Amino acid sequence: MIDRSIKILLTAAFLDSSLFPKAALTTAIRKIAWFLPARKSANKGELKMSDARIREMNFWADRYRNGGISRREFLGRASALAAVSAAGLGFNPATLLASEPKQGGYARFGMSDASQQDTLDPGTWPTSFAEAAFNGSLCNNLTEIAADGSIVGDLAESFEPADGAKKWIFKIRNGITFHDGKSLTIKDIQEAFHYHMGDKSTSGAKSLLSQVESIDADGPNTIIFNLKSGTADFPYLVADFHLSIMPAKEEGGIDWQRGVGTGSFILENFEPGSSVKMKRNPNYHKNNKPYFDEVEFIAIMDQTARLNAFLTGEVDFSGDIDVRNMALIDRNPELEILRIPSLRHFTFDMDTTAKPFDNLDVRLAMKYALDRDDILRKVFLNEAKKGNDTPVASAMPFFKDPTPQFDYNIEKAKEHLAKAGLKTLDVDLSVSEAAFPGATESAVLYKEHAAKAGININIIREADDGYWENVWLKKPFNGCDWYGRATCDWLFSTAYAADASWNNTHWNNPRFNELLVAARSETDNDKRAAQYGEMQQLLHDDGGVITVAFVNWVYGLNKKIAHGPVSGIFPCDNLRMTERWWMA
Amino acid sequence: MVSNSHPILGMILQRLALGLLSLLIVSIVIFTAVSMLPGDFASAVLGRSATPETVAAFQQNLGLDQPWPRRYFQWLAGALIGDFGNSFSNRPVSAVIGSRLFNTLKLAALTAMIAVPIAVFLGTICARYRNKPIDRFLSAITLASISLPEFFIAYVLMLFLATKLHIFPTLSSIRGSMDMLEQLHRMALPVLTLMFVTLAHMMRNTRAALIGIMSHPYIEMARLKGEPEMRIILRHALPNAIGPIASVIAINLAYLIAGVVVVEVVFVYPGIGQTMVDAVRNRDVPVVQACALIFAANYIILNLVADLVSIVSNPRLLHPR
Repeated sequence: MIDRSIKILLTAAFLDSSLFPKAALTTAIRKIAWFLPARKSANKGELKMSDARIREMNFWADRYRNGGISRREFLGRASALAAVSAAGLGFNPATLLASEPKQGGYARFGMSDASQQDTLDPGTWPTSFAEAAFNGSLCNNLTEIAADGSIVGDLAESFEPADGAKKWIFKIRNGITFHDGKSLTIKDIQEAFHYHMGDKSTSGAKSLLSQVESIDADGPNTIIFNLKSGTADFPYLVADFHLSIMPAKEEGGIDWQRGVGTGSFILENFEPGSSVKMKRNPNYHKNNKPYFDEVEFIAIMDQTARLNAFLTGEVDFSGDIDVRNMALIDRNPELEILRIPSLRHFTFDMDTTAKPFDNLDVRLAMKYALDRDDILRKVFLNEAKKGNDTPVASAMPFFKDPTPQFDYNIEKAKEHLAKAGLKTLDVDLSVSEAAFPGATESAVLYKEHAAKAGININIIREADDGYWENVWLKKPFNGCDWYGRATCDWLFSTAYAADASWNNTHWNNPRFNELLVAARSETDNDKRAAQYGEMQQLLHDDGGVITVAFVNWVYGLNKKIAHGPVSGIFPCDNLRMTERWWMA
Repeated sequence: MVSNSHPILGMILQRLALGLLSLLIVSIVIFTAVSMLPGDFASAVLGRSATPETVAAFQQNLGLDQPWPRRYFQWLAGALIGDFGNSFSNRPVSAVIGSRLFNTLKLAALTAMIAVPIAVFLGTICARYRNKPIDRFLSAITLASISLPEFFIAYVLMLFLATKLHIFPTLSSIRGSMDMLEQLHRMALPVLTLMFVTLAHMMRNTRAALIGIMSHPYIEMARLKGEPEMRIILRHALPNAIGPIASVIAINLAYLIAGVVVVEVVFVYPGIGQTMVDAVRNRDVPVVQACALIFAANYIILNLVADLVSIVSNPRLLHPR
């Protein structure tokens, strides 16, 4: 009996890894086994090209792949670089040319976040597993976000606003067929959008499309979206993964159950929570794409299992690599780590309507009392970017870094505290590991930092399960993990506008809200940049958000697979890694 | 003579009736517990797009806005006629669970086929050479493997046999498209891990049961008659130890079906344990209920079988006066 209850306890501890140092344990096991032969060791004797040269070489290789320079020019530059780095160092420009996209191969992607409850229903798709497989591989949107963060047409050939961005006109590409041979029609697109709209809709894109008044066909190849108010960012919104185009049913609605789309890969087999197998779509509408013959998404939820599968070559790609395991991958010359700057950021949010945070000076004192560099170093092992109390990532259009950068400054914190008429301050900070990875560690460090300024932070450890239901949006000071949004307008309307459903800081700044509406329909880019710049400054100066850090998407990739520049607006190269990457 | 079969038949009927009652209680407890958890399927499946109005529409669609006692009785009415309904993700529960349950049974059967004979054999050896070096050696090893958590054993095996020596793959995610041989190859490490975990328990109990019986006077009688020791164990002691051995085997079999979620997670084996954890995480109540009932029924039936075996193997229980 005792044996059994211990087992149950251990099981619980195992499933909640924050209670049990599983990672430390596995590291220890690895250390014990040092004497066994490793699979392959790096050639220690071999000299390497300097990092700068490799970077330069990669730059020219990218230019070449994108058609920026000719093959002759590339070879010239490459051999020049190789010559500079001294002859005979095992470098050959041809190896970089080998990474020119080519057909073939079977790529296996080890994903961290599948669920047995996953379905093909585009209204759901809560995690990157379903999003990358069903949106990124099976389907297309009207537009897509290119690797450089700009918006380009996908099923739509071109798009343009009219009537102060209240009308958006999309021209649909000719000759696109679904995997079952049916041609794409305007009706399919209309139904694909209607599916997410209306009171009865259970789709995650429902609020996104609440601004759409009607969707009209204009001839066989043109579709017009009439919006309730002008929205300059509309092409970005239709790139949202929910808005995948699937075949319409005769009687209305869409037929998602069959798993048919226009995408780069055809669905062969889907076992929920386990795997998705797909084969190349030979009739794809983008030149030469996709490159792989077959792809498979394999669900490996356990972090250690995923790492092991990746290290032993069972999968070519591993999602969500733990920062503590990076060294293990870095040591292996056949593997690389992709660190893709993302929109994802971790924050401590103060409720600006609750005492004491309704006082601006208290908020400023809290912002100065946090040593962000210390947290970056100790919690994120320098694998993150310092936050400056706005939620806008540097990869987003209209990003502006507000001044001054908030840094650890005890004097200033004390000064603001005094202005608020306080000598000391007691606040409760609600966190759990569910708030964001490293939240409790960050909170403990924050407590130490703030104590020096006379601010006493009382850390309340909340339960992981139910954190988003019971703590987030409810407790006055809590930790939060944001995946970000592709545009400022989208981001602000979701979480910072006064009436936003996720306004965790309960912030209500009249000027900010006024600018938000004004910028939404502004089609002059310079004016918009000024408006969004001012809004970011307002958030920084007056808002209740303390942005601790922006993190990278961290993926492990076998060097068998090559890729161009990788974008991080959405995970997995904007969900399109299967069509953008190829076998080297 | 008819009365002879009655004790067994009566016991079976009584135990089955009690079993049904337990199942009912289990279903109530699980349903209440899951209902009291924060959040629901709607917010889980919408993930980061779960805005309040969408969640409300989702709840209405699934009937989650109704009070839980009402939902429970609706579910119960279906379950009584064998209809476990649809998972919230709109697939029949049988489709969600079916292949997973089959995988779990496959893993359990394979492990049991290897582990049970070895355990009984080694247990007998230990009892025969009690306190000799071989007994001490086997005891030390088995006690060690009982004391280690199963994921530790799993990771050690994975490190040596998969990562370093490349004999077996680290991923056991078997799929329908693989042939039998590849499936077996991929199942090797989980089977090995579970063998370590269950073998020790079964072997220790075999040994203890045998040693307990070896202290009876009739064994001494057999010794005095000059019977060889091995024959005493196999002919005189073992048949009388079948009852306790059967019950420990039953517990381990039940564990192999219902309790191996950790091993499933470590090796990414698509078994039913993970299905249940997944369903609890997503608050997919119909699937949780079905899994819980399967697990409970599994314990009830295997224990019933163990009791039957001990009655049949013991003439005093089989023919009560």
